[in-house]
Amino acid sequence: MLDVERIRRDFPILCRQVHGKPLVFLDSAASSQKPLQVLAAMEETYRQCYANVHRGVYTLSEEATCSYEEARDKVASFINARAREEIIFTRNTTESINLVAYTWGRTHIGPGDRILLTEMEHHSNIVPWQLLAQEKGAELVYLPITDEGFLDLDRLDDLLDERVKLVAFTMMSNVLGTIIPVKEIVEKAHQVGAIALVDGAQAVPHMPVDVQDLGCDFLAFSGHKMCGPTGIGVLYGREELLEEMPPFLGGGDMIRRVELDHSTWNDLPWKFEAGTPAIVEGIGLGAAVDYLTEIGMEAIAAHEQEVVAYAMERLSALPGLKIVGPPAEHRGGVIAFTFRNIHPHDLAHLLDLEGIAVRAGHHCAQPLHRRLGLVATTRASFYLYNTSEEADRLAEALEKVARIVGK
Amino acid sequence: MASSPYRERVLDHYHHPRHRRRLKAPDLIGEKDNPVCGDRVRIELRVDDEGRVLEAAFSGDGCIISMATASMLVEHVYGRSVSELRRLTQEDVLRMLGIDLGPARLHCALLPLEALHSALEASRE
Ligand SMILES: Cc1ncc(COP(=O)(O)O)c(C=O)c1O
Repeated sequence: MLDVERIRRDFPILCRQVHGKPLVFLDSAASSQKPLQVLAAMEETYRQCYANVHRGVYTLSEEATCSYEEARDKVASFINARAREEIIFTRNTTESINLVAYTWGRTHIGPGDRILLTEMEHHSNIVPWQLLAQEKGAELVYLPITDEGFLDLDRLDDLLDERVKLVAFTMMSNVLGTIIPVKEIVEKAHQVGAIALVDGAQAVPHMPVDVQDLGCDFLAFSGHKMCGPTGIGVLYGREELLEEMPPFLGGGDMIRRVELDHSTWNDLPWKFEAGTPAIVEGIGLGAAVDYLTEIGMEAIAAHEQEVVAYAMERLSALPGLKIVGPPAEHRGGVIAFTFRNIHPHDLAHLLDLEGIAVRAGHHCAQPLHRRLGLVATTRASFYLYNTSEEADRLAEALEKVARIVGK
Repeated sequence: MASSPYRERVLDHYHHPRHRRRLKAPDLIGEKDNPVCGDRVRIELRVDDEGRVLEAAFSGDGCIISMATASMLVEHVYGRSVSELRRLTQEDVLRMLGIDLGPARLHCALLPLEALHSALEASRE
């Protein structure tokens, strides 16, 4: 059991009022709030030991390098990577996926090859592959979803053959909330010789993730969704793959030796980190990992599960409210819904006037919404600092909205 | 919700839209949509020889703000001249609505104006 009252004290923003009402923040799936511990680690760096990292021979630079690289160790052990070399710092999930598309993709995908995605992907796990497929004459294939919002795994065997070189899929849908059986898909991908990239943007912040257990080849996630700052993300890649991949961006830091007409590359992970990195953000992410680890990812997942089950029960009791996606036991802390015929933008706006922050729109998953026959949904998402009382506030506010908008 | 944009007059236009239909033989048609939220507004006008609006109607789908604004706007254009309507600005529309809208919802209120301008643009040809 989480001590949520104590946790909430770590997030000063949660004490805010919005439109004269206490803030109920239900948009952590888009970006989470940050605890004091993360803010303090970042401020401390700027105040005490900020300098550019790597190659500095003076104390400040050594200290900054040490904290930044320590953050990499923390991330590596957080997802149980075999080695720190397997952790590449990027800006976010999107950049991590693009890195794979531009490097591994460009050297391994050719005409007629297939990339298997799913119907529930975020645009950031669709568009990079479209660009690659257009460039290489490859083909995108989509694993469909069922009407209940699960992946239609019965179709997997049909779609997986030797033409498929890459299977890229989310570990948890940011709209349906569905938690995906990653291991099973990875095993099947490997059986046909494809590699597996997992979009961990929604999973890594919310549940234990062990890359060795999952067996995936790549895992992408964002710091800002897991209590860390913006501007820092992670690409985990299996060392053998990263070793033979060409670099992504060229510039300082990623080279060993630069001649006039060619260069040789730095070792992993720096081969993929050109230019001055997001130093303080990296350190902030390290602090976020410490924070989540101390509370415990199992406990966080269990807490979210409990709040979501309660929220789904409350919300589905409202006349005219329809939740998309599977039952609570199969989902993470995300509930997307439609309510009567109220446009999601009106709904989110009206809820904001009650102090409740939810997101409305297609949540960067237009193909999924099209599949669901919807243009947009309203999404409430929960994290370690949310409570069942906040789910009550949401349900009560929705009742009030129904009275105001009437009809 | 004293400060709410969803005050009675707006909701009234939403629930009881004025002139929400299609014209039989419109002279001018303008249509705009916003793929992000799925809002879609079509404005149709019938104008006389002097360029005065004889009849106007709107159709489409969308949120309360965009539909209510479309309804108010269509009501406003009746009897006015095309040249006058071409000068209609964002500020005029917001004044018509009479509510405070943050930047996130502004585009909802402006979609009908864009559709109107697009219809009037067609009359130049
Ligand atoms: C499933 C999923 N993938 C990818 C992303 C993209 O994350 P970012 O915007 O941090 O790159 C998100 C976040 O919205 C997401 O929910």
